[in-house]
Amino acid sequence: MEVAQAPSPSPTDNQPVDHALVTAYFVAFLGYLIVTLLAGLSYSLQFLQKYPFPGVELLSPGRVRMVHTMSVAYGMLASGLFGIVSYIVPKLTGFPVLSRKLAWWLYGIYNAAVLATVAMILGGHAQGLEWAETPKILDPFIALTVVGIVVNNITPIWRARAEPYYVSLWYILAALIWTPLVYVFGNFLPEYVFGGTAGAAISSMYIHDLVGLFVTPLGIASVYYLLPVAMRVPLYSHALSIIGFWGLAFFYPLNSAHHYLYSPIPMWAQYASIVASIGVHVVVYTVVFNIFATLASDWKQLVTNFPVRWIFMGTLAYLITCIQCAVQVTLAAQEIIHFTDWVVGHAHFVLFGTFTFWITAWVYWLLPRIWGTPIYSLSLGRWHFWLATLGICIMQIDLLAAGVMQGYLWKSLAPFIDSVRASMPFWWTRTFSGILILVGESCFILNIYLTWQASRERRAAAANLQPSGATS
Amino acid sequence: MKIIEKFSGVFLIAGLFLLLGAMLSLGIVPAMMVDRVHPQQGLPLEVPEDQRIHYASAKEYQAALLLGRDIYVAEGCWHCHSQYVRPVANENLQYGPVSTPGEYQTALHRPQLLGTRRVGPDLSREAGKKSDDWHYAHLYDPRFTVPDSVMPGYPWLFERNADGQILPGPKAKALVAYLQNLGRGMETDVGDLPPRE
Repeated sequence: MEVAQAPSPSPTDNQPVDHALVTAYFVAFLGYLIVTLLAGLSYSLQFLQKYPFPGVELLSPGRVRMVHTMSVAYGMLASGLFGIVSYIVPKLTGFPVLSRKLAWWLYGIYNAAVLATVAMILGGHAQGLEWAETPKILDPFIALTVVGIVVNNITPIWRARAEPYYVSLWYILAALIWTPLVYVFGNFLPEYVFGGTAGAAISSMYIHDLVGLFVTPLGIASVYYLLPVAMRVPLYSHALSIIGFWGLAFFYPLNSAHHYLYSPIPMWAQYASIVASIGVHVVVYTVVFNIFATLASDWKQLVTNFPVRWIFMGTLAYLITCIQCAVQVTLAAQEIIHFTDWVVGHAHFVLFGTFTFWITAWVYWLLPRIWGTPIYSLSLGRWHFWLATLGICIMQIDLLAAGVMQGYLWKSLAPFIDSVRASMPFWWTRTFSGILILVGESCFILNIYLTWQASRERRAAAANLQPSGATS
Repeated sequence: MKIIEKFSGVFLIAGLFLLLGAMLSLGIVPAMMVDRVHPQQGLPLEVPEDQRIHYASAKEYQAALLLGRDIYVAEGCWHCHSQYVRPVANENLQYGPVSTPGEYQTALHRPQLLGTRRVGPDLSREAGKKSDDWHYAHLYDPRFTVPDSVMPGYPWLFERNADGQILPGPKAKALVAYLQNLGRGMETDVGDLPPRE
């Protein structure tokens, strides 16, 4: 008979986890990662007037841009994070999900919906909502699939309620409730209930909540789990993680209108969102301090323990973007940097530099364990790390600088095209940094593929000698 | 275990109460306030004078506006062109009168296309700034009118006739009708400007 486990993240006892499903989610993550990078790189070439497919309707840059962002949010990050959730929840609770068969169906339907989204956006059926361009007809499918994933994963959390939860489970539990509510709120209300300025108040909330209440809590949950386990040290402080969690639950949902400052949305709502955005710092500093203090118990692992350096770099990027956030959300800064490349730089740094890095740490840590073989090549991994880090840092600095320049040029009342001409060197640098990232991530995919190959050969060799044992 | 560490605490307080509270206070309430002060309106009921050569009836004109808007959404125009003028950064001098809540409460702004990025200029005061012909040439290949433009061309909105001439198709016409309707009636007040290109 099964007994609820105490929340000790031990690397053994793989029983309740469906490793094949986690692997499948991570493979999807890698696939969408490539789609994202290729779409982003092609789109950036349009800014240099070097677009590879000019005049092709189905690959028009405006559509490819939406494929890029949809692939980031609903493809890459969602796959990576759902994979991590399908691992952490059974692992920490000791119970499997409600139905493994359902989990596979949801995986299939979700991916079919995302691929259909890509196809329909390229075909010209996007919905006019930012970060929610999923065609109207697909919205209900995605919403229902998300509800299914939620029910499937909340069940084991509910069954394990007698024991105290490890911090990751609070974040996951809350995110599992937030995600479907946020999705329905942001995709259906502005389309069918509130139009115009009224709808903008709702939409701006959705733009923020997709990152703040879906990606962020699941990302933090994943780091809180992986860091102590990969380092084999205890988490620095349980009390700090309580403050961080409740700070997130209180401040993040109130950030809404900071995406449309100085817009016709009622000004009091904009002021409130600015105050809440600055309050987010409470959350960020507790989380970052907790992670760094845990790392500080054995700094050497930054060099010796490969997944840990990804967590470190991602956390550093998280800290930097969040310090940025408090600066850029003020009305004084918004006057200049709103509508510019600054915001683009910020978004790339947080979604790639932080969350993609954290998921990458997971992929490097977990897949070799599931396959029972070490990473194929650490040196290839180091190339990946440094190319991706260098690429995103160059991109960030470049786009921030471009943004400030564009903002002041516009304010100076120079003809608009002057800001386009002046942005050219920045846009060339951006494309160059994107190529660095693409090369780095290609090393990643190659490395994972070769690791898988090696594990197959190893298993084939083992099968010839003796019946294979458990992998751990 | 304290309530804030329990399933029920996390589920009810963090998961539902705080989120729904925020959605209500900073989402639904401002939305309802705007709707109350500026009731939602439909499409224009008359064909403006300069569009009468293209559209005989209000019905045709409305259909063209909606089709134009659909193309504007599908092609992702709104990711590079914003549709609101802010009260700062000299935007009223650059583009025209500052945006007000009421002007977006129409069927053409559902969902709104305020936008968050300007790779190209704001379009909320675009009506009448350029001729229809300028727009056609620009949409076919933006380099025809703005040599340094980085905007992509949209040749598939156009058709070739028997003589090989390129002519705007129904989609190009609809898109231009939509663009020429953005900020209609607010073209005034741009004031003493340095000349724009």
